[in-house]
Amino acid sequence: MTEKLTDALLYLDGVSVAFDGFKAINDLSLTVEHGEMRAIIGPNGAGKTTMMDIITGKTRPDKGTVLFEGEIDLTRHDESAIALLGIGRKFQKPTVFESHTVQDNLELALKRDHGIIATLFHDTSKEQKDRIDEILDEIRLTERRSHLAADLSHGQKQWLEIGMLLAQDPKLLLVDEPVAGMTDAETVETAKLLRRIAGEKAVIVVEHDMTFIRDLDVKVTVLAEGSVLAEGSLDHVSADERVIESYLGR
Amino acid sequence: MITGFLFRALDRKAILVALILLAIAVAVPVSNLMLPVSHPLHVPTHIMALFGKYLTYALLALALDLVWGYCGILSLGHGAFFALGGYAMGMYLMRQIGTRGVYGHPILPDFMVFLNWKELPWYWYGFDQFWFAALMILLVPGALAFVFGWFAFRSRVSGVYLSIITQALTYALLLAFFRNEMGFGGNNGLTDFKDILGYSVQAQTTRASLFAATAIALAIAFVICSGIVNSRFGKVLVCVRDAESRTRFIGYRVEHIKLFAFVVSAMMAGVAGALYVPQVGIINPGEFAPANSIEVVIWTAVGGRGSLIGPIIGAIAVNGGKSYFTAAFPEFWLFALGGLFVATTLFLPKGIVGLVSSGFAKLRGPREADRVEETLQPGTEAAQ
Repeated sequence: MTEKLTDALLYLDGVSVAFDGFKAINDLSLTVEHGEMRAIIGPNGAGKTTMMDIITGKTRPDKGTVLFEGEIDLTRHDESAIALLGIGRKFQKPTVFESHTVQDNLELALKRDHGIIATLFHDTSKEQKDRIDEILDEIRLTERRSHLAADLSHGQKQWLEIGMLLAQDPKLLLVDEPVAGMTDAETVETAKLLRRIAGEKAVIVVEHDMTFIRDLDVKVTVLAEGSVLAEGSLDHVSADERVIESYLGR
Repeated sequence: MITGFLFRALDRKAILVALILLAIAVAVPVSNLMLPVSHPLHVPTHIMALFGKYLTYALLALALDLVWGYCGILSLGHGAFFALGGYAMGMYLMRQIGTRGVYGHPILPDFMVFLNWKELPWYWYGFDQFWFAALMILLVPGALAFVFGWFAFRSRVSGVYLSIITQALTYALLLAFFRNEMGFGGNNGLTDFKDILGYSVQAQTTRASLFAATAIALAIAFVICSGIVNSRFGKVLVCVRDAESRTRFIGYRVEHIKLFAFVVSAMMAGVAGALYVPQVGIINPGEFAPANSIEVVIWTAVGGRGSLIGPIIGAIAVNGGKSYFTAAFPEFWLFALGGLFVATTLFLPKGIVGLVSSGFAKLRGPREADRVEETLQPGTEAAQ
């Protein structure tokens, strides 16, 4: 641990990673403040998912600095340690535990001691049960709490996964394509849900759906070929020549 | 905290299975010892011995199911833990022979005298005490599983690769135990046992007691497994099986979870081996044969993995079939076994238990049946 270098919640500086010579991330720098919501857009292969892999410890960068809360070097921790530090991640393809019930999915994600003794012997407390009820309400799955996650619709699985992130009580949520495959009505609800979460927690949303990004109404970062192409409001970046050329124009 | 664990462990299914096993543990020995041979309910000694052996296999299959059925770790080397537990028991039994061996040496077992060894190797010390042997029955398989699992799970070796190295593990032990220099009796193994805890291993009462001990051990193991599976830890095991990376991103240390399950399972396999040896009267390196470990997988698959009753039913059914087939049509047994595994994989992905529960559900109504089918879909990650 070094002394605090930045006030930002998440701080990436000069991060690069290459796979077999292909530079997936090239000198990427990005900062996200406490409680901020940030949208990240970019063409396929721009490095959006790889960036999330680096933040969550799945991929080690070849060089660069990745700091959480100004002092924790994320490149030195693995996925489960980073999850416990307070970074939650929703995958592109909704990934829930299909052979468990909706309620069990949330209980398993709940922030508490995940050690072997605790998981073998401890019960879920009253407060923890109340918290699960709250989350079920928030993600509109109260009526389906005892159904298997496998039986949920695609959109409901997306919400359940967001609910699991909430149960983790992270400081930063990374949300990869939350509205892929959702109906228009579900998309609108998801935008509302994420806006409610932001403020209390920082949220990074990767998405292709421009209407959804507009609904979110937050600062947008455009990635291309592994680095930041433009940053600012959606109107600002959509006016950028290079953004139009590399992404929007196509 | 322990009461909570027990409370979760003793669900209806566990109470039923434990009661049945305890009833068997009492009824079979009583009928064997007390009823006259002519009585229709008399259980002959050879049948009791045969089923005692099946129950140790059932315990081994239950141990495998904990890691394979629930956690998705397809171990093709569980026979190694079984054999190690068996050897630990065998060493105790060898040291009970004393001067009654062929060479009459008070300390050295016959094979060591035969090899012209002058002193007992250090790793044979303590095995004259039952408590020490009992400790080793748990510790040796547990320690091997710990070291093996520590490296394998930390390096995130999984799926087929893990299965292959577990095969290599048991094969390496097979070769090692064949060597006379190892001090475990080489290819003859350990045999000619006389006493266990002061009672003759040949005596009918001892055989009956061993049968009862095996049934009780299986009942205890079942309750422990039930407690594990019903706890949050058990749910996390299924999470690891179905979506390992998701489990990691929630903050669970997947490698620790796998390691714990693997070690517990190896210890249970060791106990099974230890109960097996006095009942069959011999332990030799053949027990490490890779094919043995694969057979355990077949029992578990046929009975139904991912349910605790499945492996017990599978082990008894397949071995019962084996005893019958190898007597009636000896040359066809391996074809039958292979065919059984293929048929189970194709038509009964959840084994006998899956068939029975979906059958019950169909009786209740077609919609229920679909739900059970879905519930019973096994994890895909292990198969990849």
